[in-house]
Amino acid sequence: MSSALLKIHNITMQFGGVTAIDSLSFSVKEGEIYGLIGPNGAGKTTIFNIITGNYQPTEGNVNFENEIITGTKPNIVVQKGIARTFQNIRLFKSMSVLDNILIGFHNQTHYTYLEAIFRLPRYFGHEKRIRAEAMAILDEFNLTKYANHKATDLSYGNQRKVEIARAVATKPSLLLLDEPAAGMNPIETADLSNIIHKIKRDFNLTILLIEHDMKFVNHMCDLVTVLDYGEKIFEGKPADAIVDEKVITAYLGDFTHA
Amino acid sequence: MKSLIIKVLLIAASLWLIWFLHNNLSSYRLSMIINIGIFAILALSYNLINGVAGQFSLEPNGFVAIGAYMTAIFIIPMDTKLDMYALTDPAPIILQMQANFPIALLAGGLASAFIAFMLSVPVFRVRGDYLAIVTLGFGFIIRIFAMNSPSYTNGAMGLNDIPDFADFRWVGSIVIITFMVMIHIIYSKYGRAMKALRDDEDAAIAMGVNTFKIKTFAFMTSAFFEGIGGGLLASFLTTITPDQFTFLLTFYLLIIIVLGGLGSMTGTLVAAIVIGFGLEELRFLDSEMVIFGFETDAHPGMRMVIFSVLLIITMLFARRGLFGDKELSEFFKRKQS
Amino acid sequence: MDFSTFLQQLVNGISLGSMYALIAIGYTMVYGTLRLINFAHGDIMMVGAFLVYLAVSVGLPFPIAVVVGILGSVAVGVLTDKVAYKPLRDAPKISLLITAIGISFFLENLFNVLFGGVPKAFPAPEYLTTSFKLGEIIIPIMVVIIPVITVLILGGVLYVLYKTKYGMAIRALAFDIPTVKLMGVNADYIITIVFSLGSALAAVGGIFYAISYPSIDPLMGIIVGLKAFAAAVLGGIGSVTGAVLGGFILGFTEIFVVALFPELGGYKDAFAFFFLILVLLFRPTGIMGEDLDRGRF
Repeated sequence: MSSALLKIHNITMQFGGVTAIDSLSFSVKEGEIYGLIGPNGAGKTTIFNIITGNYQPTEGNVNFENEIITGTKPNIVVQKGIARTFQNIRLFKSMSVLDNILIGFHNQTHYTYLEAIFRLPRYFGHEKRIRAEAMAILDEFNLTKYANHKATDLSYGNQRKVEIARAVATKPSLLLLDEPAAGMNPIETADLSNIIHKIKRDFNLTILLIEHDMKFVNHMCDLVTVLDYGEKIFEGKPADAIVDEKVITAYLGDFTHA
Repeated sequence: MKSLIIKVLLIAASLWLIWFLHNNLSSYRLSMIINIGIFAILALSYNLINGVAGQFSLEPNGFVAIGAYMTAIFIIPMDTKLDMYALTDPAPIILQMQANFPIALLAGGLASAFIAFMLSVPVFRVRGDYLAIVTLGFGFIIRIFAMNSPSYTNGAMGLNDIPDFADFRWVGSIVIITFMVMIHIIYSKYGRAMKALRDDEDAAIAMGVNTFKIKTFAFMTSAFFEGIGGGLLASFLTTITPDQFTFLLTFYLLIIIVLGGLGSMTGTLVAAIVIGFGLEELRFLDSEMVIFGFETDAHPGMRMVIFSVLLIITMLFARRGLFGDKELSEFFKRKQS
Repeated sequence: MDFSTFLQQLVNGISLGSMYALIAIGYTMVYGTLRLINFAHGDIMMVGAFLVYLAVSVGLPFPIAVVVGILGSVAVGVLTDKVAYKPLRDAPKISLLITAIGISFFLENLFNVLFGGVPKAFPAPEYLTTSFKLGEIIIPIMVVIIPVITVLILGGVLYVLYKTKYGMAIRALAFDIPTVKLMGVNADYIITIVFSLGSALAAVGGIFYAISYPSIDPLMGIIVGLKAFAAAVLGGIGSVTGAVLGGFILGFTEIFVVALFPELGGYKDAFAFFFLILVLLFRPTGIMGEDLDRGRF
């Protein structure tokens, strides 16, 4: 494996005196599928929001492709090559599946506002290109036949796939998946993990994912970090995590609370 | 290619219709459809920021006023200006501003767009619904400035003897241009980004969309065409005063875009025609009435009570209006897939 | 400006600021709980003043008329929420805002139809319109009464917000409606309290305004409402103490700028707007406000 693509360095995040993340460090190497796991409220999504620039950490920094990106605006972070999905699916509700994917191509479509208004040649050239590319991505996800359907008319599992496809359309090198298998049945989950492996290979992706489901993580991830109350309690192979005493306690604690 | 041919044919047919109506209608009917045409221009552009981009704004009356004053000052002949400014002498720059009608319209549109840009910086940098309240306030401020700068606007007396260039050929053609521009924006990366930020701003940002820029584009485009519409209005009415550009104007436009469907330009055109005629036909509501043998007093404002109830009911029970956020053509497309 | 004029303007500023503060509280509380700019709030103030006018003209004594005005405004405010806003809680934000504009326009035109657009003299009793002399300056009695009542009301509102379980629920609602619901709080009940409180304060503000000016018309709520909203943003939208502070700052600015630079008098109504723009440019959370949109993910 090559060098680290993403380095989380000593991140601390406080919300009005409450510490959500406590000096957390880990790094993700190029080509890995890395899991961030832990019980509810452990601070996993907060880490995502720090990486994507939605939150400014109280301390520490995020290093991506050997550049510190902390403090970069979220839309610029995407252009640098980090794309994300959301825990609760957030598709563009009024738009078709194809249009949802086309939004992912926003920054790869190079015609100006005036070129669009006057319908100059670059408009047609770029629209034709991104439509073809978008259809190719839909094909990768077996969603071609839904291209003109309204995104929210699709099944839950397919909506998840559209959301991932939309993120892939931004041509990221790092893909952040926030609980991709949440709410899916075992068949959908199996289908999803095949697709994730496939797109990782076809689009040359590195993947950082948040997950609850230890079985899914065990099957998907090369390495995991386990968080509990904002602190790292384990880092290593998923198979070792399952038998780690601290991890078990954290999870059991979660179960008894729930 | 097929769609290009259809487009050219539609434009040619519309232009023919405009010239036909211009030559054959009575002057009463013509002024009615000119009025509706101007409303259509304003509503189409208003729907871009409100419906397509989903940013609730209450600006049209302010930008219409800017466009109207700008255009009027450019097209009123210098001698007329010297006589007209009653309270103080006109400022030297006012006398220098002279241009033909299209340039004057363009100047009105550009002035509005420029002010929209200035407002974008404070308003779109922050989250929340400040656009609505800032634009509402802006409508009042413009009036205050028009009242208090007699050397530019002739104060409360307003401007009159504005040359009457805005016939139906001008208005009709600009309706077509506005409609085409809006449709071209909607079916481009910019229109998609506007709809995306309307549906879910955080998700749009997560796709790399610079939402500040997209909102500013939408707002400036709306303001530009509202300025142009204002210029047409000034030339059509030949007299303007600060009191013409009240919130009432914005309210009519709001009803049009809500009924037509927020985000639907074809819906807006249909609603502009319906409301345009409706306002004329319902004029009787404001005058004395005989109900069950009792004569009521004149009720100025009765139409507005009915229109505001109509707006509220539409929002509560038929939020999508006539066309939702779809264009007419999309209803046919959807059937095929 | 000599000292007695200064004092004169000071009391005027306190009085005007109090009115803005009373109305701004309603804006800030509704925005805090529902994230809604309640465009109809300024019109509630107009409704309050007109109901007092109506009650006096049918022969009720003024103090009773004031009670009628306040209760009537509360009824209109709560009804507005129940009929027009509540069905749209889960709808896109823009639907709610459009409905609010619709309600505002409806109230203005309804009162226009019912009472006519010509300003009406407000039937304030003589004991509220007299003035007294303090040294060289003449002070209208209302200029003293308004701040005193405002302070009393404010104390009451702050007590409710910070010392009662209703207040706790209101403040919790400002952060997260679904979670508060999960915790067993009846959110709709709390929202009704917010609207009642806001409308009652707006009515009091409207009555003060009507006595001070002393005429009323159906459109009186628009510009005052706009200014009060600007005051709420200045103080920090969502914060009640901020709204009060913003109201006073705006009131003082209007009075003193016009006193010092009379040539700016025509632009008096524009100050609030410039405050609003400046706040958005340099400190969008206002003086006391917190970033209400934080933690939306």
